[in-house]
Amino acid sequence: MSNIGAIDGHDAHHDDDHHHGPAKGITRWIYTTNHKDIGSLYLWFSLAMFLLGGTFALVIRLELFQPGLQFVEPNFFNQMTTMHGLIMVFGAVMPAFVGLANWMIPMMIGAPDMALPRMNNWSFWILPFAFTMLASTLLMEAGAPNFGWTFYAPLSTTYAPETVTFFIFAVHMMGASSIMGSINIIATIQNLRAPGMTYMKMPLFVWTWLITAYLLLAVMPVLAGVVTMMLFDVHFGTSFFNAAGGGDPVLFQHVFWFFGHPEVYIMILPAFGVISEIISTFSRKRLFGYDSMVYATSSIAFLSFIVWAHHMFTTGMPLAGELFFMYATMLIAVPTGVKVFNWISTMFKGSITFETPMLFAIAFVVLFTMGGFTGLMLAIAPADFQYHDTYFVVAHFHYVLVPGSVFSIMAAVYYWLPKWTGNMYDETLGKLHFWLSFVGINILFFPQHFLGLAGMPRRIPDYALQFADFNMVSSIGGFLFGFSQLLFVFVVIKCVRGGKKASAEVWEGSHGLEWTVPSPAPYHTFTTPPPIAENAHARVETKGDV
Amino acid sequence: MSETPDKQTNQPPKNSRLVQKLLLGAVGMFGFGFALVPLYDVFCDITGLNGKTGGRYAYEAAEVEVNEERLVTVQFRAMNNAGMSWQFEPMVRQVEVHPGELTEVMFYARNPSSSTIVGQAVPSVSPFRSADYLHKTECFCFSQQTLLAGEEIDMPLRFFIDQDIPEEITKLTLSYTLFDVTANFQRATSSL
Repeated sequence: MSNIGAIDGHDAHHDDDHHHGPAKGITRWIYTTNHKDIGSLYLWFSLAMFLLGGTFALVIRLELFQPGLQFVEPNFFNQMTTMHGLIMVFGAVMPAFVGLANWMIPMMIGAPDMALPRMNNWSFWILPFAFTMLASTLLMEAGAPNFGWTFYAPLSTTYAPETVTFFIFAVHMMGASSIMGSINIIATIQNLRAPGMTYMKMPLFVWTWLITAYLLLAVMPVLAGVVTMMLFDVHFGTSFFNAAGGGDPVLFQHVFWFFGHPEVYIMILPAFGVISEIISTFSRKRLFGYDSMVYATSSIAFLSFIVWAHHMFTTGMPLAGELFFMYATMLIAVPTGVKVFNWISTMFKGSITFETPMLFAIAFVVLFTMGGFTGLMLAIAPADFQYHDTYFVVAHFHYVLVPGSVFSIMAAVYYWLPKWTGNMYDETLGKLHFWLSFVGINILFFPQHFLGLAGMPRRIPDYALQFADFNMVSSIGGFLFGFSQLLFVFVVIKCVRGGKKASAEVWEGSHGLEWTVPSPAPYHTFTTPPPIAENAHARVETKGDV
Repeated sequence: MSETPDKQTNQPPKNSRLVQKLLLGAVGMFGFGFALVPLYDVFCDITGLNGKTGGRYAYEAAEVEVNEERLVTVQFRAMNNAGMSWQFEPMVRQVEVHPGELTEVMFYARNPSSSTIVGQAVPSVSPFRSADYLHKTECFCFSQQTLLAGEEIDMPLRFFIDQDIPEEITKLTLSYTLFDVTANFQRATSSL
């Protein structure tokens, strides 16, 4: 862990007299306020959580390999589904994007660091404690939370294991971390842009993160509120969600999904930004429709606040409610379609090369769109009564989260790894990792569509015999995808330790400020703001018109 | 907040103003989460969603006229929530009433277990549009019931249907779910 980002080799860069290198030893990482160090910490933490959450997923797929109960008790199975969801959402995907934001946003807007470096340190270091506390429940007698990552009341209140309190405080801590992180990102983007870097010249990754940060700021406090209500119901005899005391369990679902639906866009908007950067670079063209991308992202963010009840079509809503939430949800397909067509138009007549980041990006466009279409199917209220709580839903959200968010994170890592470490990753192994992941993921999740349409419910450890074949196929894909990620870890570590030296531009078609600094990026960058080209639209030209 | 005067930014006041605004926003949204609770109740009250009925209604003060020309069927249901052991049922299954006419029906409950149990009935009306037109002047659901082991009780419900009930509603169902709240009750009393 000590050679994170391979910044060790930076003593060579004493080109500026006021530069000082990183501190030595472990205290460097504990006390650091450097955005690159903190970005690396977030990314390593996210990788660790990805492997942990993935292990839980493999336990689930192992048990579902055959019908009947083979390996785990149903209660432990439920703990696995719950912990897998919580750790992947809050521990893997979100911190990975915050890590990318820390590394890249200051370099993309020509800022010397994040606006609030000390708070930055704090918002990272809360996370290991939150997740240690959450994971420690697995070792307790009462067992880990077993009520699903959506923790619906009264399962998570009246019928919850005693460890629910650890869960509640862990959520409080990760909420605090996210809120501080998003405040920092907003302050950085709004206050620290280099002179001349107007809003409409910002790279799309910065734009999508600015919007994401506002979403986080708006909904993480609501999540904190809902777990606080749970805490009161569990320990202080209130009845927010207890019907016997005048409360309402359906209220829980409303408050939860008021947070939960913007949350799914929190996990995908930064991915849109990453993919926009990568497709433009490897197509050697400007991004098609930059302005419309910005407006589409904003529209998605706005719509995300008024569609939450499409998760609750079967709770007995009146017809008017079902119709409103159905149409509002379908409306989201419009700005999302704008984005997909922009990416395709960017590639159209481009001179495309297929390096690993581009492969992941193209797979993202195809597979995320499939996930979007199943989302449209689920949005149809009358049809949702059939799909609700089946494996069709599982297939849908895994298609948008794994080949969506996770692929975009991997694409981003391959794309910027040479900039972070100064070394090229092993392209052959990177492509092998991509193809194993791509094949694995489709074998894993595609059959789950069929299972769901045939009526297999989610969150069950055992199932009827007619689901056996597709479950076995799905499990094989799960193990293929899961173990392929060890190759990813290997490629990343190999790249950090050495490899072919990367140039400052790294990619032939690269554009933007981050490619004007040497590779690896010096410990301090842009201590004086860089000049921004007058005519630059949505980018900073680094070497002529690419 | 922005303790970085020595940094290149040289805009500490700008940062701290923004951070204050953002923090205020976060605190506001935390409050909004809690505000959703009463908002949800108000929303359900206005729309009658969830079949929520209102509280005690004063019949005498309302100077109600009885509409002899219409008859509305009111059905009664009673059921136990999971884990509740009482025998609980309406003594009449349904009545036909004129809008405005005060009617009393009785519900029967018996505690067959060997311990004291506190019960709380929670009402719900279906179709939910009719919830606003069912007024209760007396209901066992307004308070908790305590039954000793083996004890039984007849519980009264007095209600009338509002004269303004829409023509198309000719039948409505009032259902009660009975919850075992002994644990809550003990917690409440022990904390006194």
